[in-house]
Amino acid sequence: MPRKRDIKDYSTDPAAQQMLIRAEELGIGTAFTRADNMVPCNIGGAGMCCKQCGMGPCRLTKSGEVGVCGATLDTIQARNLTRSIAAGSAAHSDHGRDMAFLLKATANGEAEGYSIRDVAKLRIIASIYDIKVEGRSPEEIANDLADLYTSQFGQQRGEVVPAIRAPKKRQQIWREQNVWPRGVDREVVEALHRTHIGDDQEPAHILNHAIRTALADGWAGSMIATDISDILFGTPAPILGEANLGVIKDDMVNVVVHGHEPSMSEMLVAASQDPEIIAYAKAAGAHGVNLSGICCTANEILMRQGIPAAGNFLHQELAIMTGAVEAMVVDVQCIMQALVGLAQNFHTAIITTSPKVKITGATHIEFDERKALTIAKQILKVAIDNFKNRESAKVRIPQIKESLIPGFSHEYINYMLGGSYRASFRPLNDAIMTGRIRGVAAIVGCNNPRSSQDYLHNKVVKELLKQDVLVVQTGCGAIAAGKLGLMLGEAGLSEVGSGLREICETVGIPPVLHMGSCVDNTRILTVLTQMVEEGGLGDDIDQVPAVGLAPEWMSEKALAIATYCVASGAYVIFGGASPVSGMPDRVNDSDAVLHYISEGWEKIYGGKLEFIPDPQKMIDATLAHIDKKRAALGLPAWEKDKFGRSGDARMKELENLPLEKKREAIYGLAAD
Amino acid sequence: MSKYIATRAMRGANALVTEAELMLNRALNEKGADTPVSFPNTAYYLPTILGMTGKSIEKLGDLQFVVKYARDMLHPLPAFAKWTPYLGETLDSGMATLLAAETIEAVRFAYGLQPEPMPGFKLAGGTSFTSPESGGENLDGHLNGPIDDIQLRSWGIQLVDGRMPGFAAIVGCAKSNAVAVKIVRELQRRNILTFLCGNVNGRSIIHQLQEEGVELGYNTFTVPFGTDTISAIYALGFATRSALTFGGLKPGQSREILLYNKERVFAFVLALGEVDDLKYAAAAGAINFGFPVIADTVIPEILPTGVTTYEHVVSMPFNQIEGKDDLERAEQLVQKCIEVRGVKVKVSNVDVPVPYGSAFEGEVVRKADLRIEFGGKHSRAFEYLQMAKLDEVTDGKIEVVGPDFSKVEAQGSMDMGIVIKVAGRQMQQDFEPVLERQVHYFVNGASGIQHVGQRDIAWIRISNAAADKGFSLESFGKILHARFHEDFGAIVDKVQVTIVTDPALHAEWLEKARVAYDFRNKRLADLTDDKVEEFYSCTLCQSFAPNHVCVVSPERLGLCGAYNWLDCKASFSINPTGPNQPIKLGKQIDDRKGYWQGTNDYAKIGSHGVVEEVSMYSIMENPMTACGCFECIVMLIPEANGVMVVSREDTSLTPAGMTFSTLAGIAGGGMQTPGVMGVGKFYLISPKFISADGGFKRVIWMSSVLKETMKDEFQAVCEREGDPDLLDKIADERNVTSVEDLLAWLEAHNHPAMAMEPMF
Repeated sequence: MPRKRDIKDYSTDPAAQQMLIRAEELGIGTAFTRADNMVPCNIGGAGMCCKQCGMGPCRLTKSGEVGVCGATLDTIQARNLTRSIAAGSAAHSDHGRDMAFLLKATANGEAEGYSIRDVAKLRIIASIYDIKVEGRSPEEIANDLADLYTSQFGQQRGEVVPAIRAPKKRQQIWREQNVWPRGVDREVVEALHRTHIGDDQEPAHILNHAIRTALADGWAGSMIATDISDILFGTPAPILGEANLGVIKDDMVNVVVHGHEPSMSEMLVAASQDPEIIAYAKAAGAHGVNLSGICCTANEILMRQGIPAAGNFLHQELAIMTGAVEAMVVDVQCIMQALVGLAQNFHTAIITTSPKVKITGATHIEFDERKALTIAKQILKVAIDNFKNRESAKVRIPQIKESLIPGFSHEYINYMLGGSYRASFRPLNDAIMTGRIRGVAAIVGCNNPRSSQDYLHNKVVKELLKQDVLVVQTGCGAIAAGKLGLMLGEAGLSEVGSGLREICETVGIPPVLHMGSCVDNTRILTVLTQMVEEGGLGDDIDQVPAVGLAPEWMSEKALAIATYCVASGAYVIFGGASPVSGMPDRVNDSDAVLHYISEGWEKIYGGKLEFIPDPQKMIDATLAHIDKKRAALGLPAWEKDKFGRSGDARMKELENLPLEKKREAIYGLAAD
Repeated sequence: MSKYIATRAMRGANALVTEAELMLNRALNEKGADTPVSFPNTAYYLPTILGMTGKSIEKLGDLQFVVKYARDMLHPLPAFAKWTPYLGETLDSGMATLLAAETIEAVRFAYGLQPEPMPGFKLAGGTSFTSPESGGENLDGHLNGPIDDIQLRSWGIQLVDGRMPGFAAIVGCAKSNAVAVKIVRELQRRNILTFLCGNVNGRSIIHQLQEEGVELGYNTFTVPFGTDTISAIYALGFATRSALTFGGLKPGQSREILLYNKERVFAFVLALGEVDDLKYAAAAGAINFGFPVIADTVIPEILPTGVTTYEHVVSMPFNQIEGKDDLERAEQLVQKCIEVRGVKVKVSNVDVPVPYGSAFEGEVVRKADLRIEFGGKHSRAFEYLQMAKLDEVTDGKIEVVGPDFSKVEAQGSMDMGIVIKVAGRQMQQDFEPVLERQVHYFVNGASGIQHVGQRDIAWIRISNAAADKGFSLESFGKILHARFHEDFGAIVDKVQVTIVTDPALHAEWLEKARVAYDFRNKRLADLTDDKVEEFYSCTLCQSFAPNHVCVVSPERLGLCGAYNWLDCKASFSINPTGPNQPIKLGKQIDDRKGYWQGTNDYAKIGSHGVVEEVSMYSIMENPMTACGCFECIVMLIPEANGVMVVSREDTSLTPAGMTFSTLAGIAGGGMQTPGVMGVGKFYLISPKFISADGGFKRVIWMSSVLKETMKDEFQAVCEREGDPDLLDKIADERNVTSVEDLLAWLEAHNHPAMAMEPMF
């Protein structure tokens, strides 16, 4: 398939570029080229198509036109968006549910290979819900917590409990708006019900339920997933890791794990270090098993175990094209069906593991937590057995990789700002209040082949850093910055404005903090809440000078995340196309929903969702919002180069002087 | 942090923890795990360890826990490239350093190597060592070592009322002796408590000051801890104990203790000369307390805020400070320190030819340095302040009536009287004694001048150094004029001072003064609780002890001894929104125990709901709370049906099996504990002293220092109580140290408490 765009317009990542050239040589299609050939449906893309019933699909392309049932364009758009949000919430939350089941099984000793690694976090989390911790074993506490968390999914009435961790004022807004989720499953089911033919047909009312469904994700399903992952596998703390295709090794059995849940991948990590497996690999002629990750599975094991990331979403096909991957092991979410066909050009085995996910033509080895370690070893053996099928002539591993320091859980951020005794967000709040840090941007979300891979992410990140905006990232966006070297302490000295540089140097942090996978966006909610609680930045999240961005979004999960962030008070900017853009130049009022989720939601929640395709405009809107929030708090306006006097630079200069001069320069004349 | 500082601090921490481990292991081998370890005269064991870990260290063996605890807080050094964050890790390493340093000092105490010996050194007041070997208070031949609880508590009131705005821990060695002196003088001038420690290449600021003849010790607010950096731990032990003593915090509440210091204790570290790994490590420890570090050399700066209130680390290379000479640079350096910590300083501008500030209040003028004295054995001195009408006083007029002292030989004496006339629209006759008592503090603030006593038993000395600089009789007038305006400007509009040395006039004025003293005594005796309609609150200590409130009545002065009812009344006139507010008594609920509607209501508000009711006259029921600055502790001895009174100055073991310091932990912190009360010593002679429980006759044991120093007052009380021999029936630590002995003593001396009704 000939490419229609310049290679740079496919990806800004040189490793990806090499692989795309390789794909061309081999005549293999990828998501990049398929995107060229698959023109997005402009009517569906604008949210103007309704396929909710057999009377349609109805395409509303004229002003005043309605569906067969009489549904107006704004109702149809609100329903379409709400269904997407429900699907996104369902995906994250189902992940959370499985984690709760795994915690229960671990507490009861029924999960092979798992244990409670972070007892401290278990106790802290349990205490929030008044689960007794004193004098009880971790297993007893975990058992109760697992029951409580499991019940959040099927709960019918009342309020999901994790949301009590939001700022008080925010909780009040949710109660007043009647959007505090009752139970995770109930909200998703109700979202599907309400959007069925002939149900809820008032757009604002439908979208209010979209808020409730998204909150069930952010302040329940996802939060549960993050909590339990930390409890079972350890709360992340900074660790040195690597990212990009160069982490694939030609002398080892390469197993790439791809998907989202840490339960399987953590077991593969354990199995890959098992002497039996190492011996098995050696017997097969390899030096061992080299594990690497793609997408959020990569983030999960990167931030906890330092296992390298082979890349983000759009790297999944490219990794196989190195010709050196013995197996790609996948679980759930964001796994392209194209992998199977692509793998047939190489020796790579595509192994599905989730009971929820099978792909035609892939090998299915179903994951079962009761035999997790055994199954993990079985999978690795399949991969090792496949090593002999690798064709060295086809191996092309780009020698490109970058180091990064992931692992910034909110617990660690709290610690890093004050140590064991004085941990707090005070220094961060102080930095924002003085203007050393202008504001915070959370840049998250996917890759999307409709734009050059990583381009929007990194363009926005790099520019904001120069404007003293501290960046936190999750998901595929995080891997984009990692591949570029922005997640190293060194970047905190060279890639940032002078005020942010001072903070990075004081704390020793990269200017871009990797906070985890996409389900871990709840960590960002927690950070924002703690910043509010620390004082000086208002009394609710909507007052904090912060913005959320997803420049290269593509999944429905991203829409769910955006919505729960808006409902939490955040300004969220998406790049690319809006699923409810309408065609305002051709169809009157077809952008009513687009405006409602911006100005309408802002009136109620203080947060809003906007779609801005142009990166410079995205940056301008981010800075304008941050400056507006600073002004509202009465903070001094940000000034370029106002700060930056402190740090090691002067010392390093002097240390390079000859001894005599050095003494004099540092200590002055000797004491008498 | 910066990576440079982080690296050096972590390296320093790693080294010191290892050193502590080695020293401890050697000590365990040589002396055994059961060897007791302690700092002198403190109830807080090894205070930093106690505060941070909650562990009471009593034996060498207990320290093994501390070393392990410290080791667990160490971290690998930041990587050269691709580093992980280091701020939190450095702060933890700093804390490990402090725990290791305290461990080392404790081991050194076990070997008798602390306080650090320094032959020929004389402390100007300091921690007394009551061990048999040292033979009582011995201030020669060694540095101070840790500050004892006695001094901590007596400084307490000055720390809380702002006279002492904070403390400076100076580590290292100044550029020159002159600079060292200037820095210390600048700090003293601002009444900042100064701790000295550390060295650069073996030379310490302590050596520099000693060579220049600067008096070091409690009396001059300048305490030499030791000539190594490790001894800086005593500053943090002092800070920790401030939180435990005045903040009502409990051992192990490490975060709260550190935040208390950040918010309430204005302290900073001044690093003079080269900063080595250990100094960086100790500084990282200090930053945990919110204490910033200022260096006079080039070090990386850390200007963002958060762990400290203002900048964390500031570098002011001495030679680059603007100033015409080194002395001006030294002055600028101190100024910067004060800015960085946000210390609130009030400097008195008194036009006298010697340095002036509260830090000089405790200075002693020894016989050998004496130019002249007024009062004492060979002459008479008095001071008399009277109120006059506005048109009778010429503000600023200072008159010397009679000869000056130029004709008096060296070390001689002469009669002198200080007569002060004040006028002001808000002035009241009742304030005369309040203001007159200030003469003591005001005059003492001049360097080289010593003032003792009051009224007609005043005794003032001028040193040769002060006289050489031109200090004259007129200088007394200048001091008093300036200070009365500054401190009492709200009630005093005009001040005129006459210094009388003319023999005839001296006798005449002395007679007038005595008439006034007598009048005031009668007025005071008449001023009883039932003759006033309002008491006063005193919340001065709330900056340190947030829930404590004193209720001050005419017959019960504040527990610190510094504020009586008249003082509070004057203070209210000076500052109507200040810490002393009138409490309208309202309905009397119980005259015997001393409950009023007004005092109860106030107790609730003033203590922020911690205390519901307060009894003015009982120790057994809702007794008044205490901050930590009390002069003595009164405590029930149930077996003896009476109370013992322990003085702050008494370091011995009481019959209750505890020392003052230990008891103080029970009495302080703003909590009501029936049977225990911290009080001002003059409350002991009040007719209302635990009158609901039987009054002074309940006193069955009393520290001898009190018995001796207030003998006359107590004798009068005994007569008032109808038992003139009572004082001799009260036991003290010289004859009774256990309850058994006490009971035998009371029996043998027929103490009235034995026959009184049961106390509870």
